Amino acid sequence: MNFLRHGYVTGPLLGALWMFVLATTVAVTMSFASGDAFRPSILFSLIWGAGLGAFAITLPALRAAQIGAGVVIALVTYLGFGPVLSGADAGTMPVLIGALILAGCAAVSLWVILDDCPAGPLNRHEFEGAVIRFLTGFGYIFFTAIVVIPFYVMLMTSLKNQAELIQNPLDFTIDLSQGWDLFRSYDELFRQFNFGTYLLNSFFISVLTVFITLLFAVPGAYAVARLRFSGRAAFSRSILLIYMVPMIVLALPIYIAFSMTGLRNSLSGIIMIYPVTTIPVALYMLQGYFRGLPAEIEEAGLMDGLSRLKVIWKITLPLSLPAMASVSLYVFMIAWNEFLLAFMLLDDPSKFTLTRGISSLNSSEIPRQHLMAGSVIATVPIMVLFLGLERFMTKGLTAGGVKG
Amino acid sequence: MTDAVPPKGTGPLARREARLAWGLLSPTIIAVSLVVLLPLLAIFWISFKPVSLADLRPPEVVLREDLRGDDKAVGDTPSIRYRLRNSSQEQPIRGVSFSDTLPDGLTVTELDPRCTLDGTALACDLGDWEGGFRDTLMIPVTVDQTYLDNGIEPDQTDPVTAGRAVNVLTSGNFTFENFARIFDGDEFWGVLGVTLFYAVFGTVGALLFGLFAAMLLNKSFRGQGILRGLYLFPYVSPVIAVAFAWVLLFDPFSGSANALLIQMGVTTEAINFFGQRPLALIMVTVFEIWRYFPLSFLFILARMQSIDTDMYEAADMDGASPFQQFWYLSVPQLLGILSVLFLLRFIWTFNKFDDIFLLTGGNAGTRTLTVNVYEQAFAVSNIGAGAAVAVVIFACLLAFSIFFLKFISQEEGL
Repeated sequence: MNFLRHGYVTGPLLGALWMFVLATTVAVTMSFASGDAFRPSILFSLIWGAGLGAFAITLPALRAAQIGAGVVIALVTYLGFGPVLSGADAGTMPVLIGALILAGCAAVSLWVILDDCPAGPLNRHEFEGAVIRFLTGFGYIFFTAIVVIPFYVMLMTSLKNQAELIQNPLDFTIDLSQGWDLFRSYDELFRQFNFGTYLLNSFFISVLTVFITLLFAVPGAYAVARLRFSGRAAFSRSILLIYMVPMIVLALPIYIAFSMTGLRNSLSGIIMIYPVTTIPVALYMLQGYFRGLPAEIEEAGLMDGLSRLKVIWKITLPLSLPAMASVSLYVFMIAWNEFLLAFMLLDDPSKFTLTRGISSLNSSEIPRQHLMAGSVIATVPIMVLFLGLERFMTKGLTAGGVKG
Repeated sequence: MTDAVPPKGTGPLARREARLAWGLLSPTIIAVSLVVLLPLLAIFWISFKPVSLADLRPPEVVLREDLRGDDKAVGDTPSIRYRLRNSSQEQPIRGVSFSDTLPDGLTVTELDPRCTLDGTALACDLGDWEGGFRDTLMIPVTVDQTYLDNGIEPDQTDPVTAGRAVNVLTSGNFTFENFARIFDGDEFWGVLGVTLFYAVFGTVGALLFGLFAAMLLNKSFRGQGILRGLYLFPYVSPVIAVAFAWVLLFDPFSGSANALLIQMGVTTEAINFFGQRPLALIMVTVFEIWRYFPLSFLFILARMQSIDTDMYEAADMDGASPFQQFWYLSVPQLLGILSVLFLLRFIWTFNKFDDIFLLTGGNAGTRTLTVNVYEQAFAVSNIGAGAAVAVVIFACLLAFSIFFLKFISQEEGL
């Protein structure tokens, strides 16, 4: 491996790899954005990348070299023998934009990656630093791409129509001149497919689930965290075990019992089941938090004549509002996203939850954009909640995230 | 003077505290036993029962009543006809009987020997019925003026039927056929293999991706919060939304992924990602990794941020290179959380149902044990066999849990 640790080996090698990564990224981005044919060229990527890497090693601190390199890459890409090749029918504008983005990124990032590398033998620190900077850049691009692409496809598909999608599956450009007509899938879902009701049902069920869960879990968590009784250790451990019972195993007997008692197909049946699936998680999260609260304050309350229940209500709960927010959000998310039980227990379209409603759109008679519009409708509220209260959500996820 | 001794046993205060604790816990315990423990027991019971989906409705007597012939004038002689049948084709019903109230003004001229008439109350005892049995009763009557005046027809009064049917769920009828059926042939081992592949690679993949993502974000820079939020999207969005987005993205006919691959020259013809073996299994595993790497990433990041930076500074002074620091400092520190995550995620991936069900429906060699429960119970309509698969899952989990509890007692923090 030692021969790799030389400026003129490391530089071109990382340069070539990095150029290929960039070329693929730009080609995919431009394909998705414009619908024209772009593809990375392995051969040209490696050649130009290696050249650029060697150049960056030779002239590490020269701004002019950087700009010059960028201009060259942009030019060759535009002329058709650069790292990104475009199809014959691609428009001039997208090709130009693609070339400029690629050149800009390459010229800036490659100099950053090869920052400390001298034009001679490298020591371990310099070499590994360069490799790590390369991997970091690759990681950011890779993770952002894999996360963003499915959601981008979901959103854009919901704004298009079936014929356009089949004609060119890569063309996600939307015709803004249509104005509000772009949202016709959403309009139809709310008008013809009852999605307004589903949205309300889901919201109602999720909020109620949160309340019932807290009602059960707060006293339970307090007891496990603060009170001494025999069986406490066994109890707090078996809470975790309940996580491990798969939902499908429970869903079968619940389905049978609900069929026989007529609770199937009713929202009250769902509301009886959902909180029980979230109570153990909530209890586990809350008892962890309650343990962290100083017991002295509660003891002072007891000395001053409060009963235990009053202590919980007046001292413990106000102190644990942040934890309550995390738990509520997490429980809301579980109830909102729940699919299996809703799918098995609800058959009547007027009582569907959002997830059940979306699964009813999955048929060959209903166009794809409706399915995606439904998915967007289900995803947006949870995203908004999540981004707005990210701090609580992250905390809630780390505390309760042992549950799938 | 007696010696002072420390009190023995539990005092009244301790007892009161324990009582309060159990009181606070009892709603949770009751709810959980009703919805978790009871169904678990039920699953064991059902797995030894020959139950199919149709048996969930117990057999009952179906009765239709109508009037044959004219009833327009005094002296007409129509007949009241009762048509009865057993709703089940297989199950017998014992002691079938029904009772009905005849309208005023109809005089019964000839009574079926199985029936008795008391005023206007008609009662018939029809004995035991085999499955699929049908019967028809004709009761000829004479019309009076009262009947015409009242205008109440015979089928306006609802007859009441009775009969004891054996419910297969509560009967003493047990069978090993369900287990014999699911262990029969190669299918079971195939399903188990698929489940293990899915669980092992899904878990390891999600852990490695999570580790990589955590290392990327374990430094503060502008936009770190946004990226962290973004990387959690796959986990927090509804599974049904992202699963359908994936199905659409990788659709062989109108999917963007195929169009992209063809355009880049990677493949010449469209690949059916979710429809062919063994690619479908790999794809659902990739989906699992994609959806759950955020979770491992979050946990690992939280652990990384609690590692003391002094250690790295000391290592830097001693000349350790970045890779050495990672391998000899970070990895040993993270090993605890990694192994806990592995165990928990392994069990949860093993239990996962929704993802595969939505992506492939268990076709193309992606049928895991959990999907098999659904497949047996609802697609093949054999609830008993579905329950038997559920029992197998439960047995596996019990084995994991014993291992898990043994292990986790050494791990602090969870």
